[in-house]
Amino acid sequence: MKVLVGVKRVLDPQVKARVKADGSGMDLTNAKMSMNPFDENAVEEALRLKEAGVVDEIVTVSVGPVKAQDSLRQSLAMGADRSIHILTENELEPLAIAKILKTQVEKEAPGLVLVGKQAIDDDSNQTGQMLSALLDWSQSTFTSKLELTKESATTTREIDGGLETITIKMPAVITVDLRLNEPRYATLPNVMKARQKPMEKIKLEDLSLDVSARLTILETRESETRSAGVIVNNVAELVDKLKNEAGVI
Amino acid sequence: MTILVIAEHNNNTLAPASLNCMSAALQLAQQADCAIDILVAGNDCDEVLQSCSKINGVSRVLSANSDSLKHHLAENMADQVVTLASGYSHVLAPATTFGKNFMPRAAALLDVAQISEISAVVSSDTFIRPIYAGNALVKLQSSDSVKMITVRTTAFESAETGQGSATIEEIEAVADCGLSEFVQQLISESERPELTSAKIIISGGRGLKNGQNFDLLYAVADKLSAAVGASRAAVDAGYVPNDYQVGQTGKVVAPDLYIAVGISGAIQHLAGMKDSKVIVAINTDSEAPIFQVADYGLVADLFDILPELSEALG
Ligand SMILES: Cc1cc2nc3c(=O)[nH]c(=O)nc-3n(C[C@H](O)[C@H](O)[C@H](O)COP(=O)(O)OP(=O)(O)OC[C@H]3O[C@@H](n4cnc5c(N)ncnc54)[C@H](O)[C@@H]3O)c2cc1C
Ligand SMILES: Nc1ncnc2c1ncn2[C@@H]1O[C@H](COP(=O)(O)O)[C@@H](O)[C@H]1O
Repeated sequence: MKVLVGVKRVLDPQVKARVKADGSGMDLTNAKMSMNPFDENAVEEALRLKEAGVVDEIVTVSVGPVKAQDSLRQSLAMGADRSIHILTENELEPLAIAKILKTQVEKEAPGLVLVGKQAIDDDSNQTGQMLSALLDWSQSTFTSKLELTKESATTTREIDGGLETITIKMPAVITVDLRLNEPRYATLPNVMKARQKPMEKIKLEDLSLDVSARLTILETRESETRSAGVIVNNVAELVDKLKNEAGVI
Repeated sequence: MTILVIAEHNNNTLAPASLNCMSAALQLAQQADCAIDILVAGNDCDEVLQSCSKINGVSRVLSANSDSLKHHLAENMADQVVTLASGYSHVLAPATTFGKNFMPRAAALLDVAQISEISAVVSSDTFIRPIYAGNALVKLQSSDSVKMITVRTTAFESAETGQGSATIEEIEAVADCGLSEFVQQLISESERPELTSAKIIISGGRGLKNGQNFDLLYAVADKLSAAVGASRAAVDAGYVPNDYQVGQTGKVVAPDLYIAVGISGAIQHLAGMKDSKVIVAINTDSEAPIFQVADYGLVADLFDILPELSEALG
């Protein structure tokens, strides 16, 4: 079985996000960027399925600027077989990304698509569900455990109340949670090897898709920050403040 | 123009998140001067239907009653929403794992955008939502004919119930599309309040060192009738189950009082609790970032402090 994995390049999770002073968007100049953490889990899961003999080829796909190729190279260094880069300078909405990924699914005919449960920049949590809908495939979101056969997958999903297990028909789109696995680091020799692996480059325009924005961003602003309060010296003081100053207990 | 709210429930009881979602719908209804219907999709949901009909401001409760909807499988839920959506200007569901599962799927089938986790309603087509783990807020305007929206429950009060007298109407339920099958749910049972609706939360992090030590936290929680939460590190280490996790990828909470114990205060954790009214931090490291958002900080060893706190709360 072939697996397609969606990979997005985002602001590194350790970096504090900053808004441009004029409120026109995020300030990402010179900021450290990384592969979306959930997508590392998705790539890792594909690798494990390949190591288990269930999967024979792993193709990673990223939609974004030229720099998105960094994240694809990382996926190749982790062990993916080849990559597809869809070039666009525009920030696209999840519906547009899903439509673009669909074209690659139709071209590659994978038996499974793995994506992250959410991109940590837009925090949308939509692309996998949307892609699954457009393909009329089954879906499993927030997946923290996955058992795969040719016809079906049994997945454990992290839901608000605990855990849910479902069985889905293949082919399927599975969105992965952080606890699915522990992503491996790319070793130096593998980083070198990754440079030789194939990377197909496609211009978004050449896909002739309607990816027009449905949402207009009117303003981006920093959310209100809290300021540090006081340091109390002991439990008695804390309890007193909570009772008599804050009135919360 | 009419608004459709998708009720979250477990076939027996209405989830509190539905009432927060309803509040957002009421704000919208005021802006757009329109009515609100509620969809209850499930199997034998009589009590849920009754609860929904009593919510103030609801016109009609639509009941889609079928085995195909019992477990809220995303494929069937999305199909059900799609059959109704063309009659509505807005479709709202809570931004919980329930709503996040099928709403984007339904949106894609309708070829419209989904607006995730709105935290405020500006007008009938303009909304505010957090991005980058809540570090920034965007104001965005939708041009879609049907606005598919999930609602950040902590950003809206619970809607009032009791005065409503909506009619309950049976509608045709979709057939099972046969793509997925429910196997089981392991729901954490707890006597304590539920995290997302609790007034007081006490959360533990890696500083607790193991699951056993959470007993120290439970003792304090019980004195305060508080819910118990955790950082991702504590969940990953297996101290507590996944549904305790507070943060960017766990639950977003905003209680009156949030006590963070042995939690450093990573961006991703703050994303889930920084809208709490009062924050207390207990940590040995005075440099821990959690102190930058805490109203009251106690630089001390949690293994000394928790028993003392439990004692002091009598
Ligand atoms: C994509 C992504 C998503 C994430 N989502 C989440 C999320 O939703 N929620 C979340 O919480 N994290 C999330 N994280 C992880 C987050 O970045 C941090 O790693 C995590 O929050 C750290 O947990 P912690 O504070 O318990 O552990 P640590 O950072 O290890 O902090 C432990 C703290 O305990 C203190 N301590 C130790 N011993 C004692 C003692 N005896 N008494 C008092 N204090 C003590 C230490 O001083 C330290 O400050 C996410 C990370 C990524 C990359
Ligand atoms: N530009 C992109 N290129 C490739 N995959 C993407 C892109 N955007 C989102 N995805 C995938 O969809 C997941 C969810 O993203 P989102 O719906 O934006 O939260 C991500 O974790 C990726 O796996």
